[in-house]
Amino acid sequence: MSLLQTFTHGAQDLFKPYSLTPMQKLTLRFVVIGLIYYGVVVIEGMLMRLFEVNPSLALGVEPEQFYAIMTAHPLVGIFGSTYSIVFGAFLFLVPFLMKKPLWSITLGNWTLWFIASGTFVFWFAGFVSHYSPLYTLYWPLPADFSQFSVLGGTFFITGIALVMVGTIFFVINIFKTIIYTPDGWEKQPSGALIRSALGLTGLTNLFSKKKKEHLVSLPVAAIARGTVDTALNAGIILFTGVLILIYMVAELFGTSLKHSSIDALLYKNWFWWGLDLIADGLVLIFVAGAWYLLATLITGKKLFMENVARAALFIEMVVSWTVWSHHLMSDQAQPNILKILSGEMVTAFELITQGLAFFITLATLWSARPLKMSHPLKFLLGGLLGFALAVPAGIMQADLGLNRILHNTQWIVGPHVHVAVLVGLTMTLYSVIYFLFPILTNGAKLYSEKLASFHFWAHLSGGIGMGAFMGMAGLKGMLRRTIYFDGEFNIYMILAALSGSLLLLAFLAFFYNIVMSVGLNGVIGIFAPSKIDTKELLPQEK
Amino acid sequence: MIDSNVVLTGQTLAYTFYVLAIIALMGWFAYKVTRDGSGKEIKPVIFYSFVAFLVVIGVSLHIVTLQTIPWKSMDLNRAETKADKEFHITMENHEFRLPSPKLIIAKNETVRFIVDSKDLTYGFGLFKSDNTMAFQMQVMPGHLNDILWRFDRPAVYSIRSTEYSGPKGINMIVRDAVEVVE
Repeated sequence: MSLLQTFTHGAQDLFKPYSLTPMQKLTLRFVVIGLIYYGVVVIEGMLMRLFEVNPSLALGVEPEQFYAIMTAHPLVGIFGSTYSIVFGAFLFLVPFLMKKPLWSITLGNWTLWFIASGTFVFWFAGFVSHYSPLYTLYWPLPADFSQFSVLGGTFFITGIALVMVGTIFFVINIFKTIIYTPDGWEKQPSGALIRSALGLTGLTNLFSKKKKEHLVSLPVAAIARGTVDTALNAGIILFTGVLILIYMVAELFGTSLKHSSIDALLYKNWFWWGLDLIADGLVLIFVAGAWYLLATLITGKKLFMENVARAALFIEMVVSWTVWSHHLMSDQAQPNILKILSGEMVTAFELITQGLAFFITLATLWSARPLKMSHPLKFLLGGLLGFALAVPAGIMQADLGLNRILHNTQWIVGPHVHVAVLVGLTMTLYSVIYFLFPILTNGAKLYSEKLASFHFWAHLSGGIGMGAFMGMAGLKGMLRRTIYFDGEFNIYMILAALSGSLLLLAFLAFFYNIVMSVGLNGVIGIFAPSKIDTKELLPQEK
Repeated sequence: MIDSNVVLTGQTLAYTFYVLAIIALMGWFAYKVTRDGSGKEIKPVIFYSFVAFLVVIGVSLHIVTLQTIPWKSMDLNRAETKADKEFHITMENHEFRLPSPKLIIAKNETVRFIVDSKDLTYGFGLFKSDNTMAFQMQVMPGHLNDILWRFDRPAVYSIRSTEYSGPKGINMIVRDAVEVVE
């Protein structure tokens, strides 16, 4: 096949979008939207990297735009990209693992379009109006109309709210899928299923002589527990959004509400409590579940220490509800007891729970030697390494002594945040994508194995390198949200930008590889309605 | 009092050593996992030993820093500590309002900085002439924001807002605002 034919029809003309079930199409749509938004995030990231080297290099970006990008960048990354890919994968995997159809494919499609359109709305509002209170939204900055457009802010917050509505649809779909009884099936024990999924069965087993069996598999339990955090997080963000919208609507009608009506410390506590359900709850629990799933699928073996892994997931959920105060260690009004108990001690538990997940996954892989170094295995090991690097970096900054000289420096956002998200989380997601690719496409072939290997090495070295150089700058005093006009940290920022460009190249290689695998017609075909009228996940074998 | 740069150098060394070790471990694992194995599972005792190791590391980090980083206990007990000198600073409209153009501190004095925000959430940090950070705290409107620090060597510091407060705050730095004299 010529290059043009491959670009149009995909590698060896193997991908046939008309052969896809509605569920396969739904999942692939999530992945395509997630990858497009990931591309936006990579480009924004590179613009910021260039700006950090020298503001004049960043294609005319002004400080106001720089901060608007900095505001949109993590939100597009988490909601537009990660939520899309994770939700798409889990809406497929939960029914796949429970061997029954998704409760509602229609609601799944609504989830997709709410998240996709909500992300576009807040991104576009920020792009046009430069609304830039950052994702932290420290009160009263989001309602500071001497700096920000009220209208731009209103659209921005509305976009976030749309994403949260889509998120709630996802939560409903996941739990309904776990407990419902499909047509023609024997009545399912919904109460026992939900207890098993949330870990309550495992908990009562600890104190009961008569042990009950686990009705849902460990990965489904992980997804269910992470979904609890997702729901709570959506509630907090929606509540905060409504609060900010009240100030905006009042301003639009000519009434300026008093900022002091809301206590900045209380606000910061509840908002970080909610945000940490993503950062320390949802991500770590979902990632641990994804590791366990991948390890068992790659090896075909039972998970090492499965009962301990279940217990650790439950502990991780409780940890995620009580860990938020490590974000307020430099807030002197925050009570010391919260700084020590929640900030230091509970946070240290994350080293233990994530360490357990790390060990259990490696031990499961080890028991199945020799394994072929496939792309899913390669990326899984990369993801494990990412969290092995990023979690200890986070534990260090969650110390009252070290936080005093690390808070808000590039250390936080480099070795901790970006290594966790780019290397740990994203490489785990890539592992899932490479694993599911032949299943979701009914056997389409990857266009180039070499490009996939380049994708791995460029992403791994770029992610670790960027985090490392940002971290070095942070240790030298460089702040994370400050513009340095005199090139004080240029050497580190140049090296971080070079590493960032590796990430960009890695993504371009991956994107090209995927498009050439399924072809342009295939990508378009994914978004056309399915011609197969079935709720089954995969087409029936003839 | 130990200098913040000494603490950061220690952290750099410890974390760099850890990074190299974990990358080497994962490289070794990736190589070995593709080779023939005995098929035996790892013994639970190794697993539980690893868990114990993580518990020890997680707890001991905070005990070690409490013993070795003097400003940690100083900060926790600052409400009961009497300072040699106090500076009241106000932040409003993206500006620092200092009690005097230059804050002079005598060597070995313990100083309390009390910073009040009249509008937004800001940060308050002291930075050395080589741009490294001495310390920082958040400055929240409507709350007491104070920090205690002991200055035991002559130096000049700049004050910088360490928290983003909107694009208008990009120039929130007062260069050479604090001087520690013999």
